[in-house]
Amino acid sequence: MERMNAGGASAGLDTFPKLLLRNAQKWGSKAAIREKDLGIWQTWNWSQVLSEVEPYSRGLHALGLKKGEKVAIIGDNRPRLYWTFVAAQALGAIPVPLYQDAVADEMVFVLEHAEAKVAVVENQEQVDKVMSIADRLPMLEYIIYDDSRGLREYEHKNLFSFEMIQEKGRANSKLSRDNWVSLIDQGRGEDASVMLYTSGTTGKPKGVVLSNDNVRLSADAAVDFDSLDESDTILSYLPMAWVGDHVFSYAESYVAGICIACPENSDTMHHDLIEVGPSFFFAPPRIFETMLTNVTIRMEDASKLKQGMVKYFLDVAKRCGEGVMNRRNRGSNTGFWGSVQNFARSYARPFFFMTSFFALFVFGSIYSIASSDTSAGSIIQIFLTSLVAAFVVSIVVYWLLRNVFGADIQCHFTMDVLKYWVGDLLVYGPLKNTLGFSNVRVGYTAGEAVGPEIFSFYRSLGINLKQLYGQTEATVFVTVQPDGGVRADTVGVPAPGVDIKINDNGEVLFKSPGVFQEYYKNAKATAETKNKDGWVYTGDAGFFESDGQLKIIDRAKDVGKLNNGNLFAPKYIENKLKFFPNIKEVVTIGDGHDYATAMVNIDLQAVGNWAERNNVSYASYQELAGHPTVYEMIGEHVRDMNKQLAQEPNVAGGQIKRFLILHKELDADDGELTRTLKVRRPFVFDRYEPLIEALYDGSTEKFVSTEVTFEDGRSGEISATVQIVDSETFPIGQALKEAAE
Amino acid sequence: MNIQANVNNSAANAISDENILDVDSISLSFGGVKAIQDVSFNVKRGEIRAIIGPNGAGKTSMLNVINGFYHPQVGTITYNGNKRSAMKPYVAASQGIARTFQNVALFRGMSTLDNIMAGRTLKMNKNFFWQLWRSGPALQEEIEHRKYVEEIIDFLEIQTIRKEAVGRLPYGLQKRVELGRALAMQPDLLLLDEPMAGMNLEEKQDMSRFIISVNQEFGTTITLIEHDMGVVMDLSDRVVVLNYGKKIADGTPAEVKANQDVIDAYLGVSH
Repeated sequence: MERMNAGGASAGLDTFPKLLLRNAQKWGSKAAIREKDLGIWQTWNWSQVLSEVEPYSRGLHALGLKKGEKVAIIGDNRPRLYWTFVAAQALGAIPVPLYQDAVADEMVFVLEHAEAKVAVVENQEQVDKVMSIADRLPMLEYIIYDDSRGLREYEHKNLFSFEMIQEKGRANSKLSRDNWVSLIDQGRGEDASVMLYTSGTTGKPKGVVLSNDNVRLSADAAVDFDSLDESDTILSYLPMAWVGDHVFSYAESYVAGICIACPENSDTMHHDLIEVGPSFFFAPPRIFETMLTNVTIRMEDASKLKQGMVKYFLDVAKRCGEGVMNRRNRGSNTGFWGSVQNFARSYARPFFFMTSFFALFVFGSIYSIASSDTSAGSIIQIFLTSLVAAFVVSIVVYWLLRNVFGADIQCHFTMDVLKYWVGDLLVYGPLKNTLGFSNVRVGYTAGEAVGPEIFSFYRSLGINLKQLYGQTEATVFVTVQPDGGVRADTVGVPAPGVDIKINDNGEVLFKSPGVFQEYYKNAKATAETKNKDGWVYTGDAGFFESDGQLKIIDRAKDVGKLNNGNLFAPKYIENKLKFFPNIKEVVTIGDGHDYATAMVNIDLQAVGNWAERNNVSYASYQELAGHPTVYEMIGEHVRDMNKQLAQEPNVAGGQIKRFLILHKELDADDGELTRTLKVRRPFVFDRYEPLIEALYDGSTEKFVSTEVTFEDGRSGEISATVQIVDSETFPIGQALKEAAE
Repeated sequence: MNIQANVNNSAANAISDENILDVDSISLSFGGVKAIQDVSFNVKRGEIRAIIGPNGAGKTSMLNVINGFYHPQVGTITYNGNKRSAMKPYVAASQGIARTFQNVALFRGMSTLDNIMAGRTLKMNKNFFWQLWRSGPALQEEIEHRKYVEEIIDFLEIQTIRKEAVGRLPYGLQKRVELGRALAMQPDLLLLDEPMAGMNLEEKQDMSRFIISVNQEFGTTITLIEHDMGVVMDLSDRVVVLNYGKKIADGTPAEVKANQDVIDAYLGVSH
């Protein structure tokens, strides 16, 4: 992997305010940021951004904001909130973006811990929120808002609108424009640039301090890796408090001049995506899933002809779509000639065939017509003969080239590629257009495991969707998939400049220019996460595949050992099972036991559909879950999964030996899931202890009764006799086993 | 901590002493059915006025009278200082009275945007020729109106459904679009006929928020019919209670709540 050079897209400018000054000069009239307001996209170019930021920043200075002090940012992705980053950084202050949908009480901790002096918020909702907790925040002095609707009647004592701050800035005689620029010059790469709070699924959130260098070098490397430049556009719709948005939207925009587009509001993302047509797109797997579901639903409403066409060409895409793209991406070319080459590489074979065929046909026809007397009947005859002759000759020449001269031409593949080309015109192109993916050059998904079906669906359409693995502590990038090296089940090779090692218990460690400075006011946690040599513990367990790609299997602390010493990665197995549409949720058990077992939740919609088609009648979830044929079907899924697992020596020990189908759906109302629908493992283990016992004592059924909370808050009891069945397991591939011993 | 969290409410909800609407001894009958009998009340500029009463009390008839759809046999209506003679609803509309309906009356096949644009029709006055070609002054005019409509869309937070056919929207959103269409007329007096009927709690909260904001931000006077007593008591400045076409109480929510006649009308009383 090529290491990044010192210059990069940021040309050695080490802070974002410096980059703003450069961009205003270099790309003055190029679009920097867009926002949809009253239904119309508004654009600010780089020099306009500078002329908005400069008085704003000086206004913040007039409020007394000094180097090292914190500015909280709360709201949806809005240009003015993005400008707050750079305006604060110009003064050496540190912006702290917060998750905007957090309730007031959750915000108290972060605002207090960060000692925010100024809070810049989006609208009345956020102003009310911050005001309601203001008496618990002794450090907070001022609130600044972007949208003034509903706020006109508030007392503006320590509350200011964005415009009022700009007004103050223009009148600020203590810091003239020139002084402001020289203040920017004093900024250093090693200074703290931003503080991002980790979402804190475990314990209190921690404030990750990143330096200018962290953010800038990571952005430089990423821009270089995917060759992004000022002609690219990105839709910024993910929370500003998330490191991904900070790097993809903010940092990459300043480093490479990428234009960022802010959606109208959080619900209009899909419309805005279509209108903006970004060339760089990031989304968690869930968004891709939703989009695919919408497409499927809309397809079912379409006419029979269209349905047939879509079905046919999607099959073609499934067969060869990824191949076409992988060849095109093998050394992706840019520019006009580059795109011609890319096109030739993808479609050369069918074109060669078609052109030779037509040339022979036309030449043959003309020759025959010219050399004979022409009556109407004979012309048709000549045409037909030429057609057949040309076809036969083309095929013969093809066959000769391939088999006798050994040329790299495959006939069957050629037809597929030709079909793919037609499919692109008729189906994939329009489909990508309605999804808003027409211009996407690079797309990423990360955060959780993506279903292989979903992943390859998008890739087969010709969307260059890839995966990456990262975290706040790394300024996003740990591993990333290069063009041409994309797989659904791995997260890629080490990103440029990143070193990775895996320690004895399988935990992934990394070291990179993006490694965070510290957890704010939490030296203990810093020392636990970052060792003396600068290696960072990710907390995730994984291993390298033979092709150098990293595979993440689970949180390191959740990875356990079976009694026979085999590795047991619950999440990895659960995700594999959850990719079956019939399975909604799974809890696997194995740590400290002799073998692995699973408790399965069926997906009522998918299994209900299946039941309808297969004449299985049922009255309730419970009855369907206990139905013998459903058990049979789920048993097959478990068997298939075991078979897959047997191919992977690292995790093959975790094959499911016994399983049961739970009589009720795991529910957040009952405390079994978190509000973000993740399984609360210890709670579930405790609650279903009798079932877990039964999984290991060899019994074939077990009576349980569980208390449940209904949607209206009343509680009741569900009881059932749950069956427990065995599943076939597979030996680890013989060759692999020998190699392992 | 030195951030003040108090809001100056005085300016926000300015109710003047001037009556925007004065209903004086109205009686309305359909053949032998006496829908309204000798009802008088007034609506002050800037207030939220609720009309409540059991089923068949004559509430919607009352709105229809104010709106010019029904013509009372007896009594007078004074709107904005002008005594009104019998007239058509569109005259009322052009005078600044807008309304929504008990059962949503939108153009179901049209988009949200077009529905709200329809509310601007009375304000568009470029001649037919230009409108036919949608060019020149007519286009200019449409752009101005579109801007106002977009502000309403922004205000009601319905950007997501801007281009969606309203027939496909959930009920709560349809109600919101209908409110948007009424607002597009920039009315002085807004009549809402059961704006929250059939809504769940969350939708009701949203709707209440919008009604209060309309009243405060645009200074629009609102007269509404509603069955949810909690909503009525929280929203309205004054309440008038009808029963069997007669007025049985009039006053602030607290006064009305304590009135024995009202309690009897709602709970029934043994005769």
